[in-house]
Amino acid sequence: MTTLDTSDELHLKLYRQMFLIRRFEEEAARAYAQGKIGGFLHLYIGQEAIAVGAHAAMRQDDYMLTTYRDHGLALARGMAPRAAMAELFGKVTGCSKGLGGSMHFFDREHNMLGGYGIVGGHIPIGVGTAFASKYRGEDRVSMVFFGEGAVSIGDFHEGMSLASLWRLPVVFVCENNEYAMGTPISRTLSVADVSQKALGYGMARERFAAESVIHVRDRLRAIVDRVRETSEPTLVEIQTYRFRGHSMSDPGKYRTKEELEERKRKDVVLRARVELEEKGQSEALERIEKEVEDEVTDAIRFAEESPEPGPEILAPTTYTGAFAR
Amino acid sequence: MSTLRYRDAVRAAMIEEMERDERVFLVGEEVGHYQGAYKVSEGMLERFGPKRVIDAPITESGFTGISIGAAMVGLRPIVEYMTWNFSAVAFDQILNNAAKIRQMSGGQFSVPIVLRAPNASARQVGSQHSHAMEHFYAQVPGLKVLAPATPADAKGMLKSAIRDEDPVLFMESETLYNVKGEVPDDPELLVPMGVANVAREGKDVTIIAWSRLTHVSLEAAAALEKEGISAEVIDLRSIRPLDEEAIVKSVRKTHRAVVAYEGWPFGGVGAEISDRIQRLAFDDLDAPVLRVSTLDYPMPYNAKLEQHVIPSVPRILEAVNQVLYRS
Ligand SMILES: Cc1ncc(C[n+]2csc(CCOP(=O)(O)OP(=O)(O)O)c2C)c(N)n1
Ligand SMILES: [Mg+2]
Repeated sequence: MTTLDTSDELHLKLYRQMFLIRRFEEEAARAYAQGKIGGFLHLYIGQEAIAVGAHAAMRQDDYMLTTYRDHGLALARGMAPRAAMAELFGKVTGCSKGLGGSMHFFDREHNMLGGYGIVGGHIPIGVGTAFASKYRGEDRVSMVFFGEGAVSIGDFHEGMSLASLWRLPVVFVCENNEYAMGTPISRTLSVADVSQKALGYGMARERFAAESVIHVRDRLRAIVDRVRETSEPTLVEIQTYRFRGHSMSDPGKYRTKEELEERKRKDVVLRARVELEEKGQSEALERIEKEVEDEVTDAIRFAEESPEPGPEILAPTTYTGAFAR
Repeated sequence: MSTLRYRDAVRAAMIEEMERDERVFLVGEEVGHYQGAYKVSEGMLERFGPKRVIDAPITESGFTGISIGAAMVGLRPIVEYMTWNFSAVAFDQILNNAAKIRQMSGGQFSVPIVLRAPNASARQVGSQHSHAMEHFYAQVPGLKVLAPATPADAKGMLKSAIRDEDPVLFMESETLYNVKGEVPDDPELLVPMGVANVAREGKDVTIIAWSRLTHVSLEAAAALEKEGISAEVIDLRSIRPLDEEAIVKSVRKTHRAVVAYEGWPFGGVGAEISDRIQRLAFDDLDAPVLRVSTLDYPMPYNAKLEQHVIPSVPRILEAVNQVLYRS
């Protein structure tokens, strides 16, 4: 068991990461409205404590991967905001060279193994990375994120089944934000408790709300430590909420303003700030926020000024070797 | 006649057929309460109730299989995928069940099912969300594949599809949903499958297209006219069955053919058409048949690169010039 760091210093560091994600997403939304970003854009606003807490619970050499709602995890893992914003702008300096876009952030250096667009399709892939770790006798843990909407699809079940059968070191993290596009969980699942899905696979399960980033880190750290030690997978349901629409084109008519306002009052980023303020960290907070603002402004400028990829990039990114015609 | 958008024409076909035949129902993600991811099924839940407009969780394989089962024993499901990309999750159901049940049961069971969704590129949605799936499905005996370009055809052909006894895959396009056109009101006016439409008459070259590329090809034909070249545009509408007669007839007249479509150049519907032309109209050809397809890469996100890889007016013009031996 690792002893947990509970210092203000760590809390400030985690707050910084959450605030970075928040501000990054807000500026991405603005750039999208200005037509600088195209396609789909799914924001992580409201869910920041999960990616940041999870990253803090993991080692940098552990594998992590997620859905199309991937900016938060990428930034938490350590992707440079420049590379992230440039990807959204379709620039060659982006994390996927402008070829992937919002849904497909990859960062090999930081063990961010991608954002994926087909619901559930990446879950077995996450299990596969754990398979490789076990195969090589390494003690890495893999963590794969998905929404509660993915829990109905076959790949989730096949991934869970195999992970349990083959005792693979993987943590399945269901970010239950209550909605899959416009569908509330009550209309996608026959049970309200997602973690129950582990039972049929004889898998350990956990369930908690993302009340604070420290809480997420603590709960996940205990799980990750156990998975690392025993090589037994775990399904974790983390209750959260997204403050924006499913993507930029979603007006969000399926939920009431009151519900949204109510959830925003529990905003994890704001709460972390209040808590740190109460501990006398106002100065540090202001410094951090200023730094983040500068970083995001710099990322936007960098993205704007960066060159676009040319057609010559297409062949070498399609095959590793000679193009198979 | 009414002026309808493509999306409204698709909806009109579903509503008319559901009113005519209570065995018909609609199932898919967000088709009910959300009013359709692209608002195609807007108002239908209110009209028909949750028994016949059914919101399904993200379970493409599951609700496709369930619909195939229901179709075997007498219902007439319309399955909506949010886009055709996600049908890949249900590919096994479509390939191994929908397409095979009739033959492997010796004709005892048929599968009268319609699978429908927007298809192909949709502006910067990246490599996993831009597939032209007709090429995969048209290969499969037992399936029919339609890809109308206009609101009138969308309505008339979807009605034919719903009344058909076999599985019909109906390919719409996000980029066409707002296209307006005149649509007949008569609920008994069907557009048959397997009949192509001459979208524009011409004598110098035949451009064969379907779905969105019909419109791009018409733009190319208008540009060619300014240069004194008369291009005939054939809108296939139906990919399987394929109206080879219409294709051959046009090529006999123009002696040159270009096939323009979204999808990769390796194999696919375009290659099938080229093969038929060279087999059936070899002596009439004055130039090799050329294909203007999506370039041989997964779809890039970057807007310019996306435009670079998908077929465009300039690339059609280039191919036409080539078959006309102009430079
Ligand atoms: C197989 C498949 N079907 C449908 C879609 C379209 N789609 C994208 S996200 C989404 C909702 C997913 O909801 P959830 O899993 O709860 O994740 P969240 O977006 O809430 O993070 C749907 C239906 C898809 N990408 N893949
Ligand atoms: Mg969700």
